Amino acid sequence: MKTTQAHTILAIITTDKEKVGGGIPIFYANSFEELERKALYLARILMAAIHSMGDGTYIIVKH
Amino acid sequence: MEYITTIILGTTAGLCARVYMLRRDYRQYPSYPQGWAIHLFIGFIGAALGSVLVPSFIEKEFSAVSFLLLAASQFREVRSIERETLSNMESNELVQRGNSYIEGIARVFEARNYLAIWTAMAVAIVSELLKFSLGWRILGSAVVALVVILLLSRAMRGQCIRDIAHIEVKKIEFDGPILVVDGVSMMNVGLEAARKRYVECGLGAAIIPKDANAKATLANIGQMQAIAHDVSSMIGVYMDVGEQEYTPLVRRDPDSGKLVLSIIPAHNDKKAFVEAIARVPVLEGAIRKPLQSKAGQMLK
Repeated sequence: MKTTQAHTILAIITTDKEKVGGGIPIFYANSFEELERKALYLARILMAAIHSMGDGTYIIVKH
Repeated sequence: MEYITTIILGTTAGLCARVYMLRRDYRQYPSYPQGWAIHLFIGFIGAALGSVLVPSFIEKEFSAVSFLLLAASQFREVRSIERETLSNMESNELVQRGNSYIEGIARVFEARNYLAIWTAMAVAIVSELLKFSLGWRILGSAVVALVVILLLSRAMRGQCIRDIAHIEVKKIEFDGPILVVDGVSMMNVGLEAARKRYVECGLGAAIIPKDANAKATLANIGQMQAIAHDVSSMIGVYMDVGEQEYTPLVRRDPDSGKLVLSIIPAHNDKKAFVEAIARVPVLEGAIRKPLQSKAGQMLK
């Protein structure tokens, strides 16, 4: 049975610790390559889409 | 046994009508032998009913009409079976059909059985009229069957996207992470590698409505989903389960009413791409005709 909510932010990956916070899993990355890699891994694990916030922060969203 | 020739001729003609119409739904129905068996048999029942109707009228057995009611309720059942099957399979489609498309397909399957009845009835009437010679009877029935089948199937043929809109291939561009086709922002593609793939292998198109009717019809969400589904089923789609960033998308430009489509196809062929869009059926449930209203005409 499908229990995940639609359009929810499942995780945040960022290179800038100052810009994010809250009750969602947050992953920090030191470089752009690490950011991209972590985002891809998470998206494939969670079967969700990667969206860019434009400032070194990616969000993983289940649609 | 007086009417046996009529019944045989009518039933055969009705069944032929059903076979002819079954041939044309390559994309709407996935299974071959099983699906065919079901629909041919139901078509046969319809055809038999239609051809029996004429002799029973001649014999003044008017209660035979009530059997048509029975048939109608059976055929309605066909519609709900189709709907159920397709809805159950929906979750297994990479690009979903959408409820409007399923409803349209189910309706077509129901309607085709009625066409089998009409054909059978027309042939039975002709066969009774030409009773004097067997040769004329068979010849007349064949001609009438052919004409009725062609006329009805032409009347039933709905429009395609080609009839209501122009299609132009457009480039996929990116404005930061936002995928843009022909000036319309489609979605946010986060991953650099995914953006690169879109630019290298993706195809975009603008579907520009020809008039206000087309504009209103294309604005239907079910129609938009049907375009995404049909195009990806015809030219293939580069995506796997869970790869949401590669989902083919259809979006609407609120200013002009045009639709834009972005897809990474399995085969990158622009001609096939345009042809695939052009051949998408206009869904019966999506058709809007504002131009036929007074208010709509004032807008022109």
